[in-house]
Formats: sequence, structure tokens, C-alpha cells
Amino acid sequence: MSLDPKTPLLFSPCHRLQWEESQQKYVILYPEGLVELNHTSADILKLCDGHHTLETIAAELERKYQTPGLIEDIREFLEIALDNGWIQTKG
Amino acid sequence: MTTAGSKPRVNPPRWLLAELTYACPLQCPYCSNPVDYPRYKNELTTDEWLDILRQARKLGAVQLGFSGGEPLLRQDLEQLIAESRKLGYYTNLITSGVGLNEERVRAFKEAGLDHIQLSFQAPFKELNDYLAGTACFEQKVEAAKLIKRYGFPMVLCFVRHRLTDDYVEDFLKLAIELKADYVELAMVQNLAWDFVNRKALLPTQEQLARSERIAKAYQQKLKGQMKIYYVVQDYYESRPKACMSGWGNIFLTIAPDGTALPCHSAKLLPGIEFPNVREHSVQWVWEESPAFNRFRGFAWMPEPCRSCNEKEKDFGGCRCQAYLLTGDMTATDPVCSKSPHHHLVEQATAQARQSGDRPLLFRNPKNARRLRIT
Repeated sequence: MSLDPKTPLLFSPCHRLQWEESQQKYVILYPEGLVELNHTSADILKLCDGHHTLETIAAELERKYQTPGLIEDIREFLEIALDNGWIQTKG
Repeated sequence: MTTAGSKPRVNPPRWLLAELTYACPLQCPYCSNPVDYPRYKNELTTDEWLDILRQARKLGAVQLGFSGGEPLLRQDLEQLIAESRKLGYYTNLITSGVGLNEERVRAFKEAGLDHIQLSFQAPFKELNDYLAGTACFEQKVEAAKLIKRYGFPMVLCFVRHRLTDDYVEDFLKLAIELKADYVELAMVQNLAWDFVNRKALLPTQEQLARSERIAKAYQQKLKGQMKIYYVVQDYYESRPKACMSGWGNIFLTIAPDGTALPCHSAKLLPGIEFPNVREHSVQWVWEESPAFNRFRGFAWMPEPCRSCNEKEKDFGGCRCQAYLLTGDMTATDPVCSKSPHHHLVEQATAQARQSGDRPLLFRNPKNARRLRIT
């Protein structure tokens, strides 16, 4: 599967993205499951708001981290996120 | 006093299983509640639960399961859910569906419940109602429709064993029809009532091979629509399960009377005094109590676990299983082919190959009394 860079992405309504004070990290919560995220992954998922696409997420994070050429890493993570059902494409 | 270096690191709990009551309108012969469940009567009050929920959340627990028995029997469930949601838990309701009506589903939605797991005994009325010990199939179907109508993510749980493992495909078809988001193809664990009824419930290897093949085909077919979890029967494995991801590592169970347990079966282990949250703080229970430290880390392990390079993967397996099969709760889980007791598991699976009459003992107070006497 290859993610279309212009498709809007939406965080799954069956999941919850939440900051955990005790762990100092973001977690994804879903029926009887829990995934701990590093800061970069959380930043990517927070942008899956139904408007951002792979292209615009990459542009925004490249600006934020002041690092060019992030799109392929971000694509890889978003494809994992899609496979796990954490995000959906909004077609 | 133990020196800092010798003590295993204590992670905060992540999961809290709140067993609100052992009472249940069903009588499933594979119930995971203790075989002597009618002895525990003194249920925690609403205020006691609210206090426990706050304490555990502060320690780090974030996944919360309300289970039982049948948690719907607690009339304060809505209140407990509302407070849990406010505290930031992800709240799971684990129910048989019996007693779920529109009024309650609406109240759960308003209280902020995140997800409902509904169990089926079988995908057909006759077998479902026989195994449940009561007519409830239609109620479950109606409950599933209500759950979806109110927009909850829904997990359908189907408990597999010798009498039901052949119907995995029928169950998956029912799950598709009822629009389940997740399906858990669960498996009897041979630790409580399912240990009492092991002869009648242990499936054959042929049954399991077939059901796994079907589950895998559906997993492929429904990728992205419905997530299907298939649980193995560990009696046919050569390595034990990583039980609870390690003793006192991420799971905290609170039994209906306030007893704190590293898993819901642990009460059967002899000589361990499990602390009660009526007498101790949740933090002391988790971090300091002798019971929660009993099998933490690796220092307690005998051979062959002690020198095994897989001990950090499976933690020596299940303590309850070791005790039930060998009489020694510190033994290597006999499921492991390296265990000197592995033949006990092989005897059980050999027996599963034989035919013959296998009576079932249903979970009810009368049978609990019978088991205590004999």
C-alpha cells in the first residue's frame, strides 16, 4: 500500500490520543489497548485532523523541526498508523 | 530492608481491572471467577470504588475495565464510569449484555464510556443458551444493535473451547452482521471453572488448526474493517504465555471485596496474603506489598527458567497454571517443553483426543458448594 500524499488524514474516532502526565508522553488508547508514542509520532498524529495530508504534515513538521527531507519517514509511520487503524483516509 | 540494587524496578500500573461483583445471571462452565466465588460477599461501596479509581489513576493506570460477574448488576455503574472518564481513564465495559437496555446504554454514553465488549457463548441460540445456563441469545443480539446505534466501538468476544471451536466461521459471520469493530476469538485458559471442566472443554489440535486457518483467512479478508484477535490454547504450545506481561508489571485487579490481585485468578495461589485496598493504599499494594513483589523480576525463578534466555519474554509463564498442574507455584509453567512437568500437559492433550462422555459443571452456588466439599 502506498499513501497518496494529497489525501486528507483523520485520527480514528475509535481511538483516543491522550497526554499522560505520569509517563510524560502521548498514548493511543483503544478498546483494551494502549500504545506509547514518542514525541515525533505524537506530533504527526496530532496533525491528522481531517484536513492535513502527508504533504502538508511533512511541510509543517519540517518547518517545526527545521529539518528538510522528512517526508519519507513520515510516510512510513503514517502507513503503519493506517495499518493499525489509528488513522483513516478521508476520501 | 532490601538494598536498592537488589529490588526489581517497579513500573507503574497501566491497567486496572475493576471486578465490580461476582454475581452473574449466567452460569458459563468456563467462568474465570474463583471456584469459591460465593464466599466473597462484602462488595466495595460506590465511595470505596471512587477512591480506588482516583488512587490508581494517580499511580499511572489508564486502561480501565469494568467487569464481574456481570457489572450491569451494579446500579452505580453509570456513576463509576462518569468519574473514571473525568479522571482520564479509557473506560471498557465487559458485559454479557444481559440487563442492557436503551436507558442504560444512553446513560453510559452520557457518562463518557469509551467502549463495550459483549460476549457470546455461541453463534446460535440453542448452544449459546445451553452454555450460558439461561436463555439470553436474543438479548445479546439486541444489546449489540443498541451498542452500535449509540456509536460505541464494539468488541464481540466469543469464548472458544471443545464445544464451540468448530463454529468460528459462524461467529465471524454473526460479528459482520452485527457490525463489530473488533472480534476477540477467546480461548478457555484452564485456570478456574475452565480447569474444573477441563476434560469437557479442552479442544483437540485438529479443531484448533482449523479454527486458526479460518480466523487468518477472515483477518486478511476484513483488513481495515474489523480487527480479529485469535487466542491460542497454550496447552498445545511449546512455550508459555507471557502471563499478564509479568507479575505486578502492568496489571492490577481489584476483586469485588477489595482484594488486590496481580491477575484475576491469583487468589487460588496458596500462602500468599493478598492485600485489601480497604486496609492499604493502592500505592502500597502495588509498590510495597509482599504479594505484588512475590514474583516480580527474575530472582524467584527456579531452573530451567533461571538460566533460560527466554525468561524476559515469557516471565516463566503463568503462576496459577504452574500451581494447578504441579502443586508448586514457583515451578516453570508446564506448558514449556523445557519444564520437567511438561508430560502433565501432554497427558491432558492426549486425553482430549479420546472420545467419551464429558459432563459439564455449570458455574452456580450449588456447584461451588459441591466443589468445596469434594
